[in-house]
Amino acid sequence: MSSGEKYVAAAYGVVFVTVLVYVAIIAAKLARLERETAELAELARRRNDG
Amino acid sequence: MSYLADVGTLARKDLRLELRARDTLPAMLLFVVSTLVVFHFALPAGADEVAAQGLLWVALVFTALLGLARAWAPERESGALEGLVLAPCDRSAIWLGKSIAVFVFLAAVQVVALPAFAAFFGPVGWETVAGVALASVGICTVGTLLAAMAAASRTRELILPLLFLPLAIPLVVGGVGASISSEPLEFLAFLGLYDILFAILCWASFEYVVSE
Amino acid sequence: MSTSSPNNPPSKSRVPALAAAAAGLVGLAIVFAFFVAPEDADQGISQRIFYFHVPIALTAYACFGWGAWKALQHLRGKGERYDLESYVAVHMGTIFGSLTLLTGSIWAKASWGHWWLWEEDQLVLFLVLFLFYSAYFMLRFSIDEGPRRANISAVYALFGVVLVPVSFLAIRLAENVIHPTVFTREGPQMTGSMFLTFCIAWLAITTLAYALYRVELLGKRLDANLRELREALTA
Repeated sequence: MSSGEKYVAAAYGVVFVTVLVYVAIIAAKLARLERETAELAELARRRNDG
Repeated sequence: MSYLADVGTLARKDLRLELRARDTLPAMLLFVVSTLVVFHFALPAGADEVAAQGLLWVALVFTALLGLARAWAPERESGALEGLVLAPCDRSAIWLGKSIAVFVFLAAVQVVALPAFAAFFGPVGWETVAGVALASVGICTVGTLLAAMAAASRTRELILPLLFLPLAIPLVVGGVGASISSEPLEFLAFLGLYDILFAILCWASFEYVVSE
Repeated sequence: MSTSSPNNPPSKSRVPALAAAAAGLVGLAIVFAFFVAPEDADQGISQRIFYFHVPIALTAYACFGWGAWKALQHLRGKGERYDLESYVAVHMGTIFGSLTLLTGSIWAKASWGHWWLWEEDQLVLFLVLFLFYSAYFMLRFSIDEGPRRANISAVYALFGVVLVPVSFLAIRLAENVIHPTVFTREGPQMTGSMFLTFCIAWLAITTLAYALYRVELLGKRLDANLRELREALTA
């Protein structure tokens, strides 16, 4: 690849990676939210039984 | 015109407090002179006068920061800010009164700093003085409001420079440009524009900064 | 903070469709940028960076403006949701602003051989804005949650929007006096297909930003609702 092509690839790559990082962060957040909803469901169940 | 009366009362209160306590102003004066001396040693041997003009603005901005960090200290220490906010005066009068007081402090500092600079580095033209005057208005109006924001934060002294410096960049450009360019009026007009725009914004938005 | 839930406007599950549209448009933009638009005679292939760099910059401005608009709505007492929406918009703007700086720096290196050029007004402006909006987050996270934090954030966001034209003017004025212009670059003269590619890329980036904005808002509202639920259940 010529140096010009490398820079173009770098620029587009930076944007691509940023969006992917964003997706990863959202995925982690989703996992945490799932854990929390499970906890709260458990709490609600205990409340209903108790 | 009770609005202006309120502003005057508030400004006078701050000036009287400082006259009695005498802690902020002497510190600012010593700071600006020390900074100028440091700059002398920081400038390499062949550095020209033009570079030194830029450093004057660095000294002024950071001295102003020093003063602004203490701007709301009396209110914070005595819990008076909540009282002021509840007072029947327009909340923007609190901001205006405080800004005027800060401006007087800054002016006092510059009365010492500019001659010191002229003695250490080189003559100071009328454009520089005009630039300093106009920029000081911007520093006071914006800085006072930002200091009130910083007072609400947990990291008070730490965050005020972070808030202030990006907004101070146009002022530095205007001031340095006025000092060294061949068309100082352009830069002075720009400083005036900054002052007007941000003064209006500060005046309109201050009440939200201090209220719940 | 009041105990009423933030008025959630019904999102009608439009977000997945929005994200899919963004994906499609970005794909289309890439195809156009690399295969349809002709190669620039002067700059060669590195000119293609421009098709993403400029839309990203424009989108960043739009996000900051959007954030300021939401901030204004908040200050006018129009509803509880506006503080969060303003925050997320500013967050988007900062991300896209950082991307502007990164892609612009790469472009500068590719075109002029330097990673940073003070002559590039847009780059310098974004640097100042980056500093300003980074302070926004530091300010926001150093104040405890509540109406005070929301108000102060909103006022700061409004300051940002006034800073943009003022800074730009300052940078233009500073150009010849503070840093003499060494590198000049004419604005790109765009042929028809270049312009079309640019427009598609602009639409793609805007849609992408809006999709990310809605996704982040969704996540934050979920957080807030779950917290309320937890408080209700453990009370």
